[in-house]
Amino acid sequence: MSLRNRAYIAGAFEHPTRLAPDKSTPQLHAECAAGALADAGLSLEDVDGYFCATDAPGFGPISMIDYLGLKVRHTDSTEMGGCTYIQHVAHAAEAIALGKCKVALITLAGRPRSENVMRFRPGAPESAFEQFVGLTNHTSYGMCAVRHMHEHGTTSEQLAWIKVAASHHAQHNEHAMLPKVVTVEEVLESPMIADPLHRLDCCVTTDGGGALVVVAPEIARSLKRPLVALRGAGEATKGPSGGLGLDLTTSAAARSGPAAFAEAGVTPADIKYASIYDSFTITVLIQLEDLGFCAKGEGGKFVADGNLISGTGKLPFNTDGGGLCSNHPMFRGGITKVIEAVRQLRGEAHPAVQVPDCDLAVATGIGGSLGARHGAATVILERQ
Amino acid sequence: MMSERRYPAPEPNAETRVFWDAAAKGVLKIKNCRACFRAHYYPRAICPHCGSDTTEWVTSEGAGEIYSVSVMRRGEGAPFAVAYVTLDEGPAVLTNIVDCDPDSLAIGQRVRIAFKPSEEGAPPVPTFTPSGD
Ligand SMILES: [Zn+2]
Repeated sequence: MSLRNRAYIAGAFEHPTRLAPDKSTPQLHAECAAGALADAGLSLEDVDGYFCATDAPGFGPISMIDYLGLKVRHTDSTEMGGCTYIQHVAHAAEAIALGKCKVALITLAGRPRSENVMRFRPGAPESAFEQFVGLTNHTSYGMCAVRHMHEHGTTSEQLAWIKVAASHHAQHNEHAMLPKVVTVEEVLESPMIADPLHRLDCCVTTDGGGALVVVAPEIARSLKRPLVALRGAGEATKGPSGGLGLDLTTSAAARSGPAAFAEAGVTPADIKYASIYDSFTITVLIQLEDLGFCAKGEGGKFVADGNLISGTGKLPFNTDGGGLCSNHPMFRGGITKVIEAVRQLRGEAHPAVQVPDCDLAVATGIGGSLGARHGAATVILERQ
Repeated sequence: MMSERRYPAPEPNAETRVFWDAAAKGVLKIKNCRACFRAHYYPRAICPHCGSDTTEWVTSEGAGEIYSVSVMRRGEGAPFAVAYVTLDEGPAVLTNIVDCDPDSLAIGQRVRIAFKPSEEGAPPVPTFTPSGD
């Protein structure tokens, strides 16, 4: 059994806010839910499945279901860090394919700029052995970049091109946190945060959120929106797992990506647009290799010279400006990756960055800590 | 030189107490598996390589080389070096490289164990320092 054409993304909404001092986090979830349902032409009472992760306040999905006033027959609170919501799309399709629900609502929201968000995970088996190290995402992803440079000769200039491409797209996004076009030199001259990652190699921190509505085929066809089908999906995790054979240059996307392409029956060469989770520039480079857009070690050459810029490059990516320039709500960029892919497939991206005849897109992400333990989720989406 | 960081107290439990008791004596313990003959770190009761419960504590020589390293330049205690060290026995250890110029560190560099005190009455933490060999 394949997930191909078993479910469609009928509604997608990205909250326009990037700073929300006067709203609550549940309120942001509710506003995103309302936005995605309105986009689909559905209402709260149509929802019979609800998907959220640990950014949702309260007790698993129960508090938010009660807060939103939902009456559902299926819930899923799968948690895999920032890429969770890409995974939720696939899990919603699985539930729909099995008849467990027909209208699945996925929400993400948070206010890391407006409130002090606790992020540690008490009781994790590795805590006593790793907490003292002071590992943050900066040094975790920094170690991956250092190792990639060591093994493959990747340069800071090549990494900077990823940010430059994102900034070229962000200039057309009125909601982008950083709408200014930057140069390779500006990236390299920005302050070093954790070697070799400069401030402009890092994504933004934003308040905000997003929501998606995934529906059964017969519901999708009854609505007035373009048909965006799930064609394939994959997920995987990776970690040191005892510390033998550590490899920081390959991510779990090396398994989630090929699984998604295999289910979809397409190859990277068929993809017209790619949403690639961009917590840091190195995150994009490693995923491009792992998904097969280029060979391992060739990522630096692949991204250089504006190759990711829509209209001129070979592979237009993150045309909303991505997490590097536009939005990274609650430190979680998975949902915005799916949302921009849906915009592209509908032909609703900004005209300056819209990919012509965009009928096949990938959205992929990393959740957790790439240099420690992490998950990856990949979906292939198709306009029909 | 890097500034002295304050290390939080690790919390030993029934599965890991041997490790932390040894650490208090300056000894680095890792686990070996009697079923698959492979070592692992951080230590578990059940082998993560094969699932056997016949794991045993062994003393590591505490020597290895840097697999990768990134120097944190911002925030409390910065600059400080975060690294994976591949022990001569095989497993990689996520750790800090201490008592050195962080800008001098490189992949492949030899290091040795150098426990650092955490909080009063709590075990020290396993950091490493360049060994010059
Ligand atoms: Zn074993």
